[in-house]
Amino acid sequence: MVTDSDLTKHLSEAQVSVELQTEDMTLNIGPQHPSTHGVLRLVARVNGERCFDVRPVIGYMHRGYEKLSEVRTYLQITALINRIDWVSGYANEIPFIVAAEKLMDVEVPERAQYIRLILTEMARVSSHLIFMASYPLELGAATPLFFALRDRERVLDLLEGVTGGRFHPNFNRIGGVKPNAGAGPTTKKTPQDLPAGFLAETRDAMSVVLHTCEEIEDLVGGNEIFRARTKGLGVLPPEVGAAFGVSGPNLRASGVKFDLRKVESYLPYDKFDFDVVVGENGDCWDRWWVRLQEIRESAKIIQQAVDGIPPSGPLQAKVPKLIKVPKGETYVRAENPKGEMGYYMVSDGGTGPYRLKIRSASFSNISMLSWILEGVLVPDIIAIMGSLDFVLGDVDR
Amino acid sequence: MIESITNLFSNFWVSLAGKLLLVATMVPVIGMLLGFAEMKLSAKMQSRVGPYFAGGRWGWAQLIADGVKFFQKEDLIPEDADRPVFKAAPILVMVGTVSLFLVIPFGPGLIFEDLSVGIFYALAISSVGTIGVLMAGWSSANKYSLMGGLRAAGQLIAYELPLVLAVVGSVIMAGTMSMSGIVEAQISAGFPFVLVQFVGFGIFMIAALAELARIPFDMPIAESELVMGYVTEYSGFRFLFFFLAEFANMFTLSAIAATLFLGGYWLPFVPESTLEFTGPLILIGKVFLLTFTMIWFRWTFPRLREDQLQTLAWKLLIPLALANIAVTATLKVVF
Repeated sequence: MVTDSDLTKHLSEAQVSVELQTEDMTLNIGPQHPSTHGVLRLVARVNGERCFDVRPVIGYMHRGYEKLSEVRTYLQITALINRIDWVSGYANEIPFIVAAEKLMDVEVPERAQYIRLILTEMARVSSHLIFMASYPLELGAATPLFFALRDRERVLDLLEGVTGGRFHPNFNRIGGVKPNAGAGPTTKKTPQDLPAGFLAETRDAMSVVLHTCEEIEDLVGGNEIFRARTKGLGVLPPEVGAAFGVSGPNLRASGVKFDLRKVESYLPYDKFDFDVVVGENGDCWDRWWVRLQEIRESAKIIQQAVDGIPPSGPLQAKVPKLIKVPKGETYVRAENPKGEMGYYMVSDGGTGPYRLKIRSASFSNISMLSWILEGVLVPDIIAIMGSLDFVLGDVDR
Repeated sequence: MIESITNLFSNFWVSLAGKLLLVATMVPVIGMLLGFAEMKLSAKMQSRVGPYFAGGRWGWAQLIADGVKFFQKEDLIPEDADRPVFKAAPILVMVGTVSLFLVIPFGPGLIFEDLSVGIFYALAISSVGTIGVLMAGWSSANKYSLMGGLRAAGQLIAYELPLVLAVVGSVIMAGTMSMSGIVEAQISAGFPFVLVQFVGFGIFMIAALAELARIPFDMPIAESELVMGYVTEYSGFRFLFFFLAEFANMFTLSAIAATLFLGGYWLPFVPESTLEFTGPLILIGKVFLLTFTMIWFRWTFPRLREDQLQTLAWKLLIPLALANIAVTATLKVVF
């Protein structure tokens, strides 16, 4: 006969396994995936929606620019390096050209320097507008994309008017700049200059861009869901960022006030009044916010430069017909839209560099992906990755 | 002559065939209308033109062209897919959508089946589609599809409850679960229930958006994360089924919301004797107003995260809906 005490004894002895046995799944994100900005591939171990051990795989877009540069002349290399970070092609040229000029000891005319500076800042505006377009799209909001692209077109039109290229201007020459054939007056004696009305239109375009910033701040920044998705997510402490070599807006969002435009003198930034925007927490929201403010600061610089540009003057310093850079080596770095971009140039006195080491911003910026993506949810992978604003051409070179 | 037609339709099978034919034409027509509206409205919101060339003017034939295109596509089934389940999933989704049309009153007497438990039936049948979605996600043999399907299942459990609870307020006020009965209750009360049941209406619309898996609740599809979620592996007319079902579902859920909260086919100051003719137009007008809001949301908001959606459902919507029921029931007893 079974008594009550037997039953209770039996129940107390029964062991119920409450732990659910689940198997991890390996999720392969990319290289062909809508939000990996090209051909980045992530291999993640996924437990439900939580990811562990995320390993980025790069190299699907390696084009060997460093090696190619060794067998090309300086003039040909500017065409190549436009394609490193194609979203801001113009800004890539500057440190390379400045490095060559530094080795040759060429003084660039002031007007050419101003033009370089205006166009570099335009490249920054267009690059950050692309970020303003793509980041909300990755979080599911499609409309900011069209707002940002619409006004980026104004900036690109101006760039195209001067250089002849929207994405790949190939505009700088050693010792100066070379405006597009057909832009500006061309008589025999006077060299080609900026197209007529360029400065006035730039001023207009900048006020349009500033207006778009307001619009985006309202539509995206004012949205509760966007705030909920980005605030406190993907926090990058400044020490970790610095240890991984993160630079540019990503590092400034973590509160590090470091901007090469203030530190280096590759372009006459010291003549202009602008602020270095820093974030507080280093989360996705701050990275978005810093970039939005940087568009405004760039517009401020461009407006000052348009006012201060010398009305006339040469665009090209006197350089020999056949460009040979004297023996030597130098490193020039610049504040590109994505971060620090530098060229270590070694010349053996020939028509092309002996060795060109390219330090690109995105490569260092995504080197911390496995650190920052440890233990986040699948939707947050996309949100964090998008907020780092990298370009695969800049990663793989 | 008229008598013989009436006699013909009083035959069960003939009337059933007629009703089926009507629903079968309504679903694609409404799906295409709403799809086109979404294309054009999103274009307006994004300073684009939208479809422009198909059909000569305004690109009116764009969706027809798209439909024809889908039928021409190769019907791909992944090698590792669970074939019968993979094939059945879009049909199940479509069945869930079509069955919802049965209980929507388009006018006095203009209803396919005036069930006495109409709203109960509608809510029950609307979750059948989610099983189809789960089947699609499971059978596709694709990790993204699987995650999409599981997200859809989680969403169903979280949002079915507020959807049901939001409806209870109106049902208490009307004292009936029949869809046409609820409209009649609003006519005799002289005001649409939304004036009192605004909390229920809001909860219903939010839960309906989640049920439809549209932005801000489109995690099961989430293009930027899961490629296309559970429809990743579908192509051709099976994909078209999912597409049409989404838009037709938008219509039916809006129609249920309009019926329960906005007075359905009835509008104040429209003489009741004309409702047989104006009723369908009034209902469709209200439905388009609601679907416009859904489209507007879709092109304005980003997407929530899965856990944020669960928080919203369990911690905010369900307590709010329960409070709404308690208040409504108390007031019903008091007055």
